[in-house]
Amino acid sequence: MKKIFLLSVAMMASAIALPAQAALKVFACEPEWAALSKELGGDNVDVYAATTALQDVHKIQPRPSLIAKYRQADLVVCTGAELEIGWLPPLAEKGNNPKVNPGTPGYFEASRFISMMEVPSRLDRSEGDVHPYGNPHVQTAPDSIAAVAKGLSDKLAEVDAAHAADYKARYQQFNTKWTAAMQKWAAKGKPLNGVAVVSSHKGWSYMYRWLGMQEVATLEPKPGIPPSAAHLEEVLSGLKLKPAKMVVFAAYQDRRPADWLADHASIPAIELPFSVGGVAGTDDLFGLFDVTLDRLLAALQGKK
Amino acid sequence: MLKPTLLALGAAAMLSAPAYATDSANNTGNAPATNQDLEQIRQEMQQLKQSYEQRLQNLEQRLQAAEAAAQQPTAAPAPAPAPVAAAQNGNAFNPKISLIMNGTYAHYSSSAPAVVPGYLLGDETGFTSAGMSLGETELAIEANVDDKFHGWAALSVAPEGGIGVEEAYINTLSLPAGFAVKMGRFFSDIGYQNHQHAHAWEFVDAPLVYRTMLGNQLGDDGVQVRWIAPTDLFLELGTELTRGDSFPAGGDNRNNIKAWTAFAHLGGDVGDGGSWRVGLSNLHGNADNRPDGADTVTNFTGRTNLTILDTVYKWAPQGNPEVTNFVAQAEFFYRSESGALVYDPASSSANSSTYNGKQRGFYIQGVYQFMPRWRTGLRYDWLSASNALDNPAAGTSLENMADNRGNPQRYSAMVDFSNSEFSRFRLQYSLDKSRPNQATDNQIFLQYIFSLGSHPAHQF
Repeated sequence: MKKIFLLSVAMMASAIALPAQAALKVFACEPEWAALSKELGGDNVDVYAATTALQDVHKIQPRPSLIAKYRQADLVVCTGAELEIGWLPPLAEKGNNPKVNPGTPGYFEASRFISMMEVPSRLDRSEGDVHPYGNPHVQTAPDSIAAVAKGLSDKLAEVDAAHAADYKARYQQFNTKWTAAMQKWAAKGKPLNGVAVVSSHKGWSYMYRWLGMQEVATLEPKPGIPPSAAHLEEVLSGLKLKPAKMVVFAAYQDRRPADWLADHASIPAIELPFSVGGVAGTDDLFGLFDVTLDRLLAALQGKK
Repeated sequence: MLKPTLLALGAAAMLSAPAYATDSANNTGNAPATNQDLEQIRQEMQQLKQSYEQRLQNLEQRLQAAEAAAQQPTAAPAPAPAPVAAAQNGNAFNPKISLIMNGTYAHYSSSAPAVVPGYLLGDETGFTSAGMSLGETELAIEANVDDKFHGWAALSVAPEGGIGVEEAYINTLSLPAGFAVKMGRFFSDIGYQNHQHAHAWEFVDAPLVYRTMLGNQLGDDGVQVRWIAPTDLFLELGTELTRGDSFPAGGDNRNNIKAWTAFAHLGGDVGDGGSWRVGLSNLHGNADNRPDGADTVTNFTGRTNLTILDTVYKWAPQGNPEVTNFVAQAEFFYRSESGALVYDPASSSANSSTYNGKQRGFYIQGVYQFMPRWRTGLRYDWLSASNALDNPAAGTSLENMADNRGNPQRYSAMVDFSNSEFSRFRLQYSLDKSRPNQATDNQIFLQYIFSLGSHPAHQF
């Protein structure tokens, strides 16, 4: 035991002796916030994305590699609103990093900058995996990104005051580009206004609000409960009364229920990236919305 | 006071002007009202009406303005709205509470006593009751104490009544340099499965190595110090100093530190889909007339030293466990004990013996989710003992302890269904050969596990 203790003391000492002038270590819970941190931080930040767009952020294992990264982080950037409730608390408990624990200045919650949709008036697990603070999938609309960018830029300047001017300048740059892109997307997305759609999970409420689309059904009977055959039949018969133009699913989701509905209702099923890196061409936030709009518009033309 | 009165009067007047006229005609007295009086009243009423219409319009405008403002998405930090009831009832700071219920139906083809040759078993390590039975109901309560401490308690309520404290600890939140301290009663971090509560186990029962060498699970009162290296490869070192009240330590005289552990964990990822952890741990314990869990007690006095090598590998396509995923885990135990055993110490014919034991064992298991909500798993258990006793008195537990023949083994297969992460049904079959002479016992279990309340997040 003594040996282990001595070893640990020695390693701790070597850790402290490391040069302190390294880049700010950002632990991003989701790939969209990793991308935004890179946009706003540039070379001043070293960003780690804890999850990919091919993973379901509701269900992440608090695995050893995440604990090791959490332990070293200077700033944790998450969606919040209890999206990460299944894995962030265990990381905080095991990660031994007081700098970034929830509630401290090193912890940033994107959802704080969004006026949340679908805040449930009734909290009951019979309603499925409901989020008491509202729908947490805020990254599906570009106006959310704009709102979070301001907050995140301020946060970066706060925790890394030495580079505050850099962060301000980068934010101005990003904001100009983003505002122009939003205008472009708004014009491009006009044909989608009023279009009825079926979603696999209630993952795009913010996008539907932004584009004026209407969600007529979801493949999950309740949030977080996988689609059952009986429920799919129900959705199919519901489409006879309220027809939809397409069924959308996220890159991380099982495509079979969406394909089944697409076949039976003769509408296209489209895979949306959901976050940065979900499908080809979505390496940054601009690509994410370019590809999302392209795919929605293609589906509107009846293409699969 | 005047305004409400006027308002009421005005409202009444507007609603029923003729009645008002009649009333005032009656009330104003003995003489019938003149045309002039009526005209005056009409004018006053007209003024009242206009005045209140104006006010109503103002109110409507203010309401519309307020609604419009509320619909504007605000860029300023807007605190996420808390559930309304919580904020107003003064219970916003209530801890997170979860209740876990489980029940089992068990069938055994053998009714022989559940003893294992070469091993003394701790309390409550027998088989689940045959037939239908309620398991222990677990109530877990958790909250941050303040900015520096976090508290967790898990109470188990036995089906026959009585509350046990499984865990009750405080852990630090703000120690620097990757250190954390935990104090109270807690499940030890030795091995892999040891820290998991029974409802998170992949099978109905604990592996044989846990059942025989740790009394199913090691939990004790004490202090734990843990340190995590600031490296991308996960490296965790820790030690626990405990009272030594828990099997395989225990018994009289618990002064000082009667058991301690040390553990090291390494872990990382393999590609996008895989993650692994390897651990090496050690437990030193001191026993002083420690009773076992049998009806006729055998006491152990001496030292026990257990080393565990554990490994776990989890895999899911692209790290997305939604549709399919796989978990493999294996643990190897090596224990050496030396001291003295006394069979039936309360009786006049107590038998005692010196005891030097070396025991080895392992289990290996894999659980595969083959479609959403459905998983299946296989497990193999193996034990051996090499014990030396100078008085293996026939017909006593000492004879069983000196029985080094053969290897107790078990094969288990299970399938489970989870409607959500809060509910699970499991069917398990075990071919058990853990009794003396490797007598066969066919075991069938049906189990349900439900959890209510706050999301009980599990560690890796």
